[in-house]
Amino acid sequence: MKLNEKLTALALMLSLSPVSSAFAEEATLNSGDTAWMIVSTALVMMMTPAGLALFYGGMSRYKNLLNTFAMTFMSYCLASVIWVVIGYTLAFGPDIGGLIGGLDYTFLNNITVKSLSGTIPTYVYVLFQMTFAGITVALVLGSIVDRMKFSSWLLFTTLWIVFIYCPIAHWVWGGGWMAKMGALDFAGGNVVHINAGVAGLVLSLVLGKRIGYGKETMFPSSIALTGLGAALLWFGWFGFNAGSQLAADGLAGSAFLVTNTSAAMGAISWMFTEWYFTRKPTVLGIASGIVAGLVSITPAAGFVDLSAALVIGLVAGVLGFICVSKLKHKMGYDDSLDAFGVHGMCGLWGALATGIFANPAVNPNGVGLLYGNPKQLLIQIISIAATAAFTAVGTLIVISITRLATHGLRVEKDDEISGLDYSQHGERAFEIPSS
Amino acid sequence: MKKIEAIIKPFKLDDVKEALNDLGIQGMTISEVKGYGRQKGHKEIYRGAEYVVDFIPKIKIEVIVAASMVDQVIDKIRNSANSGKIGDGKIFVIPIEQVVRVRTGEKGVDAL
Repeated sequence: MKLNEKLTALALMLSLSPVSSAFAEEATLNSGDTAWMIVSTALVMMMTPAGLALFYGGMSRYKNLLNTFAMTFMSYCLASVIWVVIGYTLAFGPDIGGLIGGLDYTFLNNITVKSLSGTIPTYVYVLFQMTFAGITVALVLGSIVDRMKFSSWLLFTTLWIVFIYCPIAHWVWGGGWMAKMGALDFAGGNVVHINAGVAGLVLSLVLGKRIGYGKETMFPSSIALTGLGAALLWFGWFGFNAGSQLAADGLAGSAFLVTNTSAAMGAISWMFTEWYFTRKPTVLGIASGIVAGLVSITPAAGFVDLSAALVIGLVAGVLGFICVSKLKHKMGYDDSLDAFGVHGMCGLWGALATGIFANPAVNPNGVGLLYGNPKQLLIQIISIAATAAFTAVGTLIVISITRLATHGLRVEKDDEISGLDYSQHGERAFEIPSS
Repeated sequence: MKKIEAIIKPFKLDDVKEALNDLGIQGMTISEVKGYGRQKGHKEIYRGAEYVVDFIPKIKIEVIVAASMVDQVIDKIRNSANSGKIGDGKIFVIPIEQVVRVRTGEKGVDAL
């Protein structure tokens, strides 16, 4: 660039970087970061109504396919509204006692078009975080497909986002006590996966098993849809992990690298594990392994290097397979689509792995066990335990309120047998002509 | 007149259809059915949940013929649907009381 052009560019940049909200002292807007973060947000958004809806819908029984879609769609839609009204401020408002954010940003008050969070517009940051809230609550429904009343799900979602998701997001990312303690969670091992996994398990235990569970055949409606969903989730996860760097820089690139590697390793290791145990590698297994690998790398994405990613993905595939195919059947709970088995357990592995493999050469903010800091692992364990405990108890309370307000959580027996698409929505997923 | 109902393996449908056409039989009805006899089902495993699928997809062919043709038709079907393996199917013969052509109102053998 010539000198003239450089001066003009500088003048433009200075005029575009005014006062921000509570975040930066002398922040300037970086258009590269902003462009990337807007794209990242869109990528993560897609993970819920497209990726997860297909992934879960394809695994639901045919008669409940649309209900799974409906619950997933509404999770995102409700999160979209709740977040900008009250959720953002509870999670990212000025810290109160390390536990919750203040109400300064209710209805996004005190935030304007010009506000900055770091080098990106605050509005973009708000939306980015919103997509995480949306997918977290959507993950919970994976445990309870085929049997929950739609009205109950809508109320549950609303309460859960406000009272369970927002506090934990605040603790880890909003400057709360876990952040102060030094817990490492780059993109949501605690906030998203352990949180949703445990909540799903609790909800599935309260709702009870599906009629005929363990006796009747319950075929997934379409492994093809599930495979497509897994691919969309993988694609979107680049925004989830690499976007959590909040900047278009080398660390985002590193997170991008380890995310893809872990996903691929997870798929390969789940496939071979399944091949060994059942003699046949299934597409459902490959798709599940992809997600297991992605879940595990999520808390570690901005802290670990390539060799760690290979190990994290490898273990995730094996662990995920054992949890969904052995542990669940041994323990007898009906976590229908394995929100706990895949998200909860692989999220747990990822959070621990972060404490083990965090490499200061990648990110100076994270030093793990293998680099001379055993304390990090202890911090991770505390954060995992606290998340699990809060979610378990909190979800139970939310469930109780929901049950009272909607006169019961579970559909009538006849409705469950005839299918929720018909009983809750009066619709069919596919019109397949007989010719 | 008799109805011949044949349960056959789906991949044999084209062979059976051509064999029946050779005999001069130009019309038939088929349906996609499921069933089992001595051919056992198979196992499907979804994330550790093992399901035994007893019912195997088959095709049911229904043709109505004059009583005099029954033996020829049975032979033709048997030969063309035969793969030599368990699960090849069965053929049933059922008496038919009346046949009517919708377009013209013709009855009996004229309606075949």
